[in-house]
Amino acid sequence: MELEMRLRKSYGPFRLDADFCVKGERIGIFGESGSGKSTLIGMLAGLVEPDDGTICLDGETLYSRSGGVHIPAERRRIAMVFQQPSLFPHLSVRNNLLYGYRRCSPQHRRVAFEPLVQVLKLEELLDRGVNNLSGGEQQRVAIGRAVLASPRLLIMDEPLSALDDDLKFQIIPYLTGVCGRFGIPFLFISHSLLEMRLMADTVLMFDKGLLVEQGSPDELARRRMGHSPSGYINLFRLGRPVGNNGLHTFAWGDRLLLISAAPKSEAGLYELSSRDIILFKQHPEAISARNLLRGRVVSTFESSGKTGVELACGDDRLIAEVVHEAAVELDIRTGVELFAAVKASSFRPLG
Amino acid sequence: MSIFSPTDLDAIGLSTKVALVATLVSLPFGFVMAYVMTFRRFRGKVLLEVAVNLPLTLPPVVIGYLLLLLLGKNGWLGHLLDQAGIRIIFTWQAAVVASAVVGFPLLVRSIRIGMESIDQRLIHASRTLGARWYDTLFTVIVPLSLQGILAGSSLMFARSLGEFGATIIVAGNIPGVTQTIPLAIFDYVNSPDGERMALALCMTAIVLSLLVLFLHEHFGRKLARRD
Repeated sequence: MELEMRLRKSYGPFRLDADFCVKGERIGIFGESGSGKSTLIGMLAGLVEPDDGTICLDGETLYSRSGGVHIPAERRRIAMVFQQPSLFPHLSVRNNLLYGYRRCSPQHRRVAFEPLVQVLKLEELLDRGVNNLSGGEQQRVAIGRAVLASPRLLIMDEPLSALDDDLKFQIIPYLTGVCGRFGIPFLFISHSLLEMRLMADTVLMFDKGLLVEQGSPDELARRRMGHSPSGYINLFRLGRPVGNNGLHTFAWGDRLLLISAAPKSEAGLYELSSRDIILFKQHPEAISARNLLRGRVVSTFESSGKTGVELACGDDRLIAEVVHEAAVELDIRTGVELFAAVKASSFRPLG
Repeated sequence: MSIFSPTDLDAIGLSTKVALVATLVSLPFGFVMAYVMTFRRFRGKVLLEVAVNLPLTLPPVVIGYLLLLLLGKNGWLGHLLDQAGIRIIFTWQAAVVASAVVGFPLLVRSIRIGMESIDQRLIHASRTLGARWYDTLFTVIVPLSLQGILAGSSLMFARSLGEFGATIIVAGNIPGVTQTIPLAIFDYVNSPDGERMALALCMTAIVLSLLVLFLHEHFGRKLARRD
């Protein structure tokens, strides 16, 4: 998918000025509330008319003020999943799912009903009304409804914001799974960097109506490490524990991690802040932290006065954060070997 | 044996007929007006809003008189209708027009409240799923406005049953032709021994009103349960 947006839109004192071209199947739009994300996607979907500019999707002009082109929302084939499920309350789950499917011309239909229902595990819910479903079920129906319209682009406008943490990480595999399975490119909008890292390959960051950064979510996370309250978040997909001896034991590459908190799902997804890692120049003789990981520095980077240290532990990577003075004192530079100590309780289960 | 005379029965039948026809005829116009007011932006919207709501604040007698001027033989519309061989003044259709004009703001308001409570995102969702405006109208807006439509229709029907001021001016008070329940009560109250019959017709009006309210509640609950 290739998206080019060169647009201007003003609401009173607020001015959105977007000018970018992005390629990829998993694009993220990141920014605090009020940064113009919603206005931007409203214009892309055809729900908000820009003041001026052009929108091109895969070479087709959807909007061009100077060219007099304004394809209406219903003909753009850009479906949306909103923050709230926004299901049609008067229709059953089945009829909600089929709403876009029935309106999609047969030559554009790429997603069949039965396989989608299976992927989203909606078989049991089809004949129920939508008002008594749980929050997670409703959001799954909303995802299915959008995907069944066989859109050429799916916009997800903070689809996880209204869900609690546990549910959020249950829904993410459905989102990525269904788009991957049916080959639907998506634009994922969020103010959570963690969600960006789980969902997107390329991120556009907006601030006060302007595009301020474009890159991979990891690059963005590294740049924001110094001023983010939780530093850089290391993500671990550890699967099932291999043992339990008071602490949960997981295989991580060719080493073991000991973790206090039980995993929340089979994926065994954990986060670890760069600030919860202590670096040692030499092997400490005795230490209370249950994880002591030997690694080689593969890169260092600066972020708001802090030094980020990327350690290679076998094939895996770990990012720790130290103050500048510590980096100098420990002589941290590429190629140096260090020991990283992490308490078992510092790992937080996500999903 | 019925306590009602044939003209009383005519009045009851006519009241019901006038209220029913006025409601049914107004419904599509009321719906379109509510839709325009809720979903469209245009210049002069405030003026239109004031015009639609005017009958709510004007004395019904004034409305009746204005209708008489408009629909009378020398009136702008009446003249045209007269040429086409149609006479409205002092017919039961005039009572329908009077009821429709007086009840219209109530109908529009109720439908509008229903439409305004529809989450805008449902309309956006429907459009991004490929529905054109008329498709969204019939598959999302109409079904989700049903409670408002029902409430508006009940209100309008009930208001039409009670319509007096505009009706007496524009349709007259002709027993068996244009005399509705309120007009018949008015006649009985003004005659020396009509108290009993006035009361009987009052009871009929109360029963009809209660019936409308019960039906409204019944269908309203059904719709609420479905949601």
